[in-house]
Amino acid sequence: MTNDITRLSASDLASALSNKDITSVEATQAHLDRIAAVDGDLHAFLHVSSDKALATAAEVDAKRAAGEELHPLAGVPIAVKDVVVTKGLPTTAGSKILKDWIPPYDATLVERIKAAGLPILGKTNMDEFAMGSSTEHSAYGNTKNPWDLDRIPGGSGGGSAAAVAGFEAPLAIGTDTGGSIRQPGAVTGTVGVKPTYGGVSRYGLIAMASSLDQAGPVTRTVLDAALLHELIGGHDPHDSTSINEPVPGVVAAAQQGAKGDLKGLRVGVVKELSGEGYQAGVSARFEESLDQLRALGAEIVEVSCPSFTYALDAYYLIMPAEASSNLAKFDGMRFGLRVEPAEGPVTAERVMGATRGAGFGDEVKRRVILGTYALSAGYYDAYYGSAQKVRTLIQRDFAAAFEQADVLVSPTAPTTAFKFGEKLDDPLAMYLNDVATIPANLAGVPGMSLPNGLSDDGLPVGFQILAPAKADDRLYRVGAALEAALESGWGGPLLNKAPELKTTELAR
Amino acid sequence: MTAPSTATATSLVAYEDAVRRYDPVLGIEVHVELGTLTKMFCAAEVAYGGEPNTQVTPVSLGLPGALPVVNGKAVEYAIRIGLALNCNIAESCRFARKNYFYPDVPKNFQTSQYDEPIAYDGWIDIELDDGEVFRVEIERAHMEEDAGKNTHVGGSTGRIQGAEYSLVDYNRAGIPLVEIVTRPIEGVGDRAPEVARAYVQTLRDIFRSLGVSEARMERGNVRADVNLSLRPTPESPLGTRTETKNVNSFRSVERAVRYEVSRQAGVLDAGLPVIQETRHFHEEDGTTSSGRVKSDAEDYRYFPEPDLVPVAPSREWVEEIRATLPELPVARRRRLQTEWGYADAEMRDVVNAGAIELIEATVVAGTSAAGARKWWMGELARRANQDEVTLEDLTVTPAQIAQLQGLVESGRINDKLARQVLDGVLAGEGDPEAVVVARGLEIVSDDGPLLAAIDDALAAQPDIVEKVRGGNQGPVGAIIGAVMKATRGQADAKRVRELVLDRIGS
Repeated sequence: MTNDITRLSASDLASALSNKDITSVEATQAHLDRIAAVDGDLHAFLHVSSDKALATAAEVDAKRAAGEELHPLAGVPIAVKDVVVTKGLPTTAGSKILKDWIPPYDATLVERIKAAGLPILGKTNMDEFAMGSSTEHSAYGNTKNPWDLDRIPGGSGGGSAAAVAGFEAPLAIGTDTGGSIRQPGAVTGTVGVKPTYGGVSRYGLIAMASSLDQAGPVTRTVLDAALLHELIGGHDPHDSTSINEPVPGVVAAAQQGAKGDLKGLRVGVVKELSGEGYQAGVSARFEESLDQLRALGAEIVEVSCPSFTYALDAYYLIMPAEASSNLAKFDGMRFGLRVEPAEGPVTAERVMGATRGAGFGDEVKRRVILGTYALSAGYYDAYYGSAQKVRTLIQRDFAAAFEQADVLVSPTAPTTAFKFGEKLDDPLAMYLNDVATIPANLAGVPGMSLPNGLSDDGLPVGFQILAPAKADDRLYRVGAALEAALESGWGGPLLNKAPELKTTELAR
Repeated sequence: MTAPSTATATSLVAYEDAVRRYDPVLGIEVHVELGTLTKMFCAAEVAYGGEPNTQVTPVSLGLPGALPVVNGKAVEYAIRIGLALNCNIAESCRFARKNYFYPDVPKNFQTSQYDEPIAYDGWIDIELDDGEVFRVEIERAHMEEDAGKNTHVGGSTGRIQGAEYSLVDYNRAGIPLVEIVTRPIEGVGDRAPEVARAYVQTLRDIFRSLGVSEARMERGNVRADVNLSLRPTPESPLGTRTETKNVNSFRSVERAVRYEVSRQAGVLDAGLPVIQETRHFHEEDGTTSSGRVKSDAEDYRYFPEPDLVPVAPSREWVEEIRATLPELPVARRRRLQTEWGYADAEMRDVVNAGAIELIEATVVAGTSAAGARKWWMGELARRANQDEVTLEDLTVTPAQIAQLQGLVESGRINDKLARQVLDGVLAGEGDPEAVVVARGLEIVSDDGPLLAAIDDALAAQPDIVEKVRGGNQGPVGAIIGAVMKATRGQADAKRVRELVLDRIGS
């Protein structure tokens, strides 16, 4: 029974809960048991919050028993990336500098999750301050890919993706600055959505790059992503960049798409996001998915976005520039780690230096230095200024492409999951993982990755769909249609093909 | 490289001598704390004197994940200030981040406006002591947030050097500020100190009349940074300037300018360059001393604040705000002077004492302008001076002064009693009426007890009675004095005189 519950999608679990086939306490306990059994190997979680999760579950069960009206996802457990602040739960953003920090407030999206009655299972592992594509930059150890424990689960949100792929949670929250939701989704065979910039409140997300960061759902099905998207999305007066409009009807779009009719839909294949650098199996699965879309009635057109070739360069100026300023607050003065200099006078400036020196990892330091340099007087125009111009060009490319197509598509990541250590000493190779996902962040448009098969190495491949800003519903319509067609070909979800994880017997 | 020699190596030049040979140019930056209910970017309360670190939110503490939201009221106040200073109001403007590490700046960057101020290109006329009007051009007025307040503990100076540790109070962090920057103020000549003082004073008065700030100098609501440079002649290019930071009273502004003129003249006379630097002003002796050198290497890495959207005040809103602007202080002062019939010198004293609002309120409460001035510039000024407080800090209201003067004018008390009544009011015993009753200070107006006292006095001094009867009224004062003494001063002296003469004549 335990195994069955953790295999359910969030929407099926929600139905079982509302039909009173199971209780939220049972569902939550089943996932906590699964975490206890497999997380020793996976290490998707940095903190597991059993007592609070079970208390929430019991509350929801009591309300349901009393006949109260509940949110459709009430009682369905969820995992939250550790970059999102949670009142009373440790929040480290994968960094030593926030070791043992307990936030005094909840992120807006966490408030919404709590108000809807979803038990929070715990906080998931990530690259430090969401800087990375493999979760190897976490200060708290690697998260393993459930498909192959020698491989990376993607990053920065490797913990959330592995937790969902490893059936430790049906739902998780991720954040995506350059692909940190979509790329882990691709390499773990899960669904990840980066909503339109401003679609989900950033209040309470520990910022890396304010103009690029966006939180979104990490799930096993497109419909589950839509359900979570609707829950966390919508205007928040605490976030000035939040869109003051209703959330697009993403659940309805997913339900409509699942019927499999894409007649009249124009799908644009971005020329610049394919070919050289893309693994053969990745390209093959991509072509097959295009055939599937054609079969569903969609028209496939090729579009060109010439400025996308500069996206990575612009991203690695804008993101570090903003990060260098956003991370300045970590100085040992008010919260988190405080380190005094080993010798010499203990002045504020020297404590700040010692704290940041000891508390930040190499990748964080690298980006803070890059960003500080890019913003320096005399260099600002050449670096940050030019990068902003490229950003405008990319936005124009998107606008032109969306004249020709309703959605754009590409492989999510150029390769399947690589082995630990393979790219750790080569930052540029690591950065190339995000080449296909970054343009969406620079333009603020929404993107989805869903699994579209296994490469020749037996590892999952991701298919990326991009839509115009505020047209997130299109992602779900196309995603659900493709998902249904693919799963009928596979005879079930792709994750059914993943190897069984070794479980540790519990002493409960 | 050795440190460049400073003013200590050169001598001061007498001010009059300095301004004969050099042309001073001013530039003044004034920061005003806005009197909004909440902070610039969050809902933390703004209130003076709270327990440290109680008026804070995750935003004003710079906690991870917190985001700013612009306070609409602060924008309105900034626009009011901009309009009052005859500025253009930007159709759209952004905030920027000024990045620097310091513990009183919780995020280690200050959110401020940089290249896109909300108000720009304005001017304001200031009136000097002799009535001459001088126009100061305003470059910009921009919005920003205040920093926290440091207290350095354990050193002898209260400065960070030598302190054992420092405490930071973030109640002030995030309080909305508007910074007003002038263009170079030229053509001031020997009146530089006076112009600087009058400018800051005019701004203070404007802030108050706009209702955007309490603008209390002693609380640091208004702070001035005074830039000054000297050049040989008005035709010469601008000289190197120094910036004297946080000069926080009108008198200090005047003294700081005076000192810098003398000091810089000494440096230039010695053939040395003036060093571009910030300087500290010392209240005790009116001198300034070197702060940090402002080199070009100082780099705040400004960039547009990505957590905020541009502020774009609609033209309709700007015009609505313009329509509600009050009469500005200089115009109001002229109107009131005419209405009150004060001489120029009297009006100037009233202005300098900060008594305009108090006198106006007293007049509104029914007192004559002369009567109101008598109180505020006389007895009340004396008491404020004695207690070393400002007039508005006295625990008496204009309405109470109006009532007090009414009691005098109706003859119920005399001036001497009025001062005793004031004692009671200041001691918190209530309104003048109540004090008169409680302390039994009313003039005795019933002739019965008076006549008894007069008869006693006449009986006690028959020789005087004889003299008066003989036609010499001089000594009658002795009888009156005796009566006043017997009635403990509560008798109306004029009435006593009438009755005494009547009695003796009968």
